[in-house]
Amino acid sequence: MSALAVAGAIEAGLLFSLVALGVYLSFRVLNFPDLTVDGSFPLGAAATAVAIIHGVDPFLATAIGTFAGCCAGFVSAYLNVRFRILNLLAGILTMVALYSINLRVMGRPNISLYGEDTIFTAFEGLIDLGIWTTSAILLVIAVVMKLLVDWFLGTQVGLALRASGENPAMARAQSVSNGRMTLVGMTVSNALVGLAGSLFAQSQGVADVSLGIGTIVTGLAALIIGETLLGSVKVFWATLGCLIGALLYRLFIAAALSAGFLGIQAQDLNLVTAVVVAIAVILSQARRNSRFKLWPKMRSLLMDTQPQKG
Amino acid sequence: MLSICDAFVTFNPGTPLAVPALRGVDLDIKEGQFVTVIGTNGAGKSTLLSAVAGDVRLDKGGIYIDGHDVTNWRTEQRASMIGRVFQEPRAGTCSGLTVEENLALAASRGSNRSLRNALGGGRQRRQLADQLSRLDMGLEDRLGAMAGTLSGGQRQALSLLMATLLPMKILILDEHTAALDPGAAATVLALSAEITGEQKLTTLMVTHSMRNSLDYGDRTIMMNSGRILLDVHGDKRKGYDVPDLLDLFKKTTGTEVEDDQLILA
Ligand SMILES: Nc1ncnc2c1ncn2[C@@H]1O[C@H](COP(=O)(O)OP(=O)(O)O)[C@@H](O)[C@H]1O
Ligand SMILES: [Mg+2]
Repeated sequence: MSALAVAGAIEAGLLFSLVALGVYLSFRVLNFPDLTVDGSFPLGAAATAVAIIHGVDPFLATAIGTFAGCCAGFVSAYLNVRFRILNLLAGILTMVALYSINLRVMGRPNISLYGEDTIFTAFEGLIDLGIWTTSAILLVIAVVMKLLVDWFLGTQVGLALRASGENPAMARAQSVSNGRMTLVGMTVSNALVGLAGSLFAQSQGVADVSLGIGTIVTGLAALIIGETLLGSVKVFWATLGCLIGALLYRLFIAAALSAGFLGIQAQDLNLVTAVVVAIAVILSQARRNSRFKLWPKMRSLLMDTQPQKG
Repeated sequence: MLSICDAFVTFNPGTPLAVPALRGVDLDIKEGQFVTVIGTNGAGKSTLLSAVAGDVRLDKGGIYIDGHDVTNWRTEQRASMIGRVFQEPRAGTCSGLTVEENLALAASRGSNRSLRNALGGGRQRRQLADQLSRLDMGLEDRLGAMAGTLSGGQRQALSLLMATLLPMKILILDEHTAALDPGAAATVLALSAEITGEQKLTTLMVTHSMRNSLDYGDRTIMMNSGRILLDVHGDKRKGYDVPDLLDLFKKTTGTEVEDDQLILA
């Protein structure tokens, strides 16, 4: 694998670590399976790209992309909280709507940022690490975001958010409004995803309306890999797992692509991601149930003994 | 302190599965009174307590706490006035939060939660540890442990501490020792009596033990099919024993109490 491919994989990994942090907040902390992500990621990219080609300062453009993500998350949460639309469906509705909205925002299916000022060109004068410059900047951003999420989940609001996701009845009894927590959590979650999309557009030099497909599954893959390696109980380790999981996942994909493993090509990426997530979920469930079901059954098959009753 | 006026609740109204759970309950509880609630399964005890807490809305009637008409308040709006311990030890605490974080969450009940760090410095931690040490369960050394790793008795004691951490109007205990082994149940019950006595808390406690319903508190009500059958307090109650309660139950309903529904001893 060439150094360029490794750098590319690390950049993608760091970008998706932000998605994974967002997915951690929605899926895990809030217990809200949020599919808005496939729409808020390209929305962040689109909003930032349009702002930049209109001459807006790249930092402000990044903030605009992030804020656009906030709005998307808020809409999904509002549909769920205010109108009691099933959380999965609320996310899907927003995601589908965002496909049209993204086309409207950009006015065309894609925008090239080639030669435009981005936050990366702004930093290039300060640090020059060759092909690693973008990775270095993204690493700093990802670590800062991880620490911000850690801090947020340790505040009074953060505790209420965690309680609301895990035990809504108990949260209510502690004067937590679960609806408000869903709105807050989903807004923050999609802010991270919008930021990821914004940085994607700026680092890869393009915003494309089809960018979002599979974002959620990649985020989940990163999240699950991180949980498997570092555990999911403590916030600090779970968020670190998002970073490491995303990096490892993109490096693994890049390696598989460059080695021509099983003839995998770039267009197979979403298939591979889906399969990896499915296998990871099946394995983690099997491990959880093993004492009760799977392992005795397998043992009885392998060792020709009766499963123990008990 | 607490008034329940002509409360009616029907679950699944207008369907073949309709269950009238409360059918005209009137109850007035004075400040500092400790009321035990007893009754057969499905009598409506939990529904009554949930209606006070706000989890169940009345179809008819009203609930007044400390002069406020809270009938249409949501649970989280009432929460600053109510401390609650659930029957299931898992229900009252958050497994994924540490002991300290659970207490911190309870400490901000009723106030506007901000972006301030939830865990205070060493002084607040020592105060929490002091509070925990009175539970006598060694929890003061496990502030950083996930609540999910505690035993049922420890979690229930923690719930009790969380419920009574801040000043409030009414403490609600719904069979909060029923899921515990006898030893832990006795400990948690003794703790409840100690804390309510000390803070002079207005308390509503459901128990399935007739013995406990007379031994604890200063007033006992018995419910049956959504109504209050019996309400004893004062000197009259002092003279009561379990057989008297059974007799009264039989006299008013015309049926015997089955012993899988209530622990008679
Ligand atoms: N959420 C609910 N939905 C439907 N029926 C319910 C619900 N909760 C309680 N009930 C019914 O209401 C009646 C009273 O229940 P409950 O108050 O839990 O009784 P208790 O606590 O005295 O055993 C029972 O018949 C019960 O089946
Ligand atoms: Mg009950």
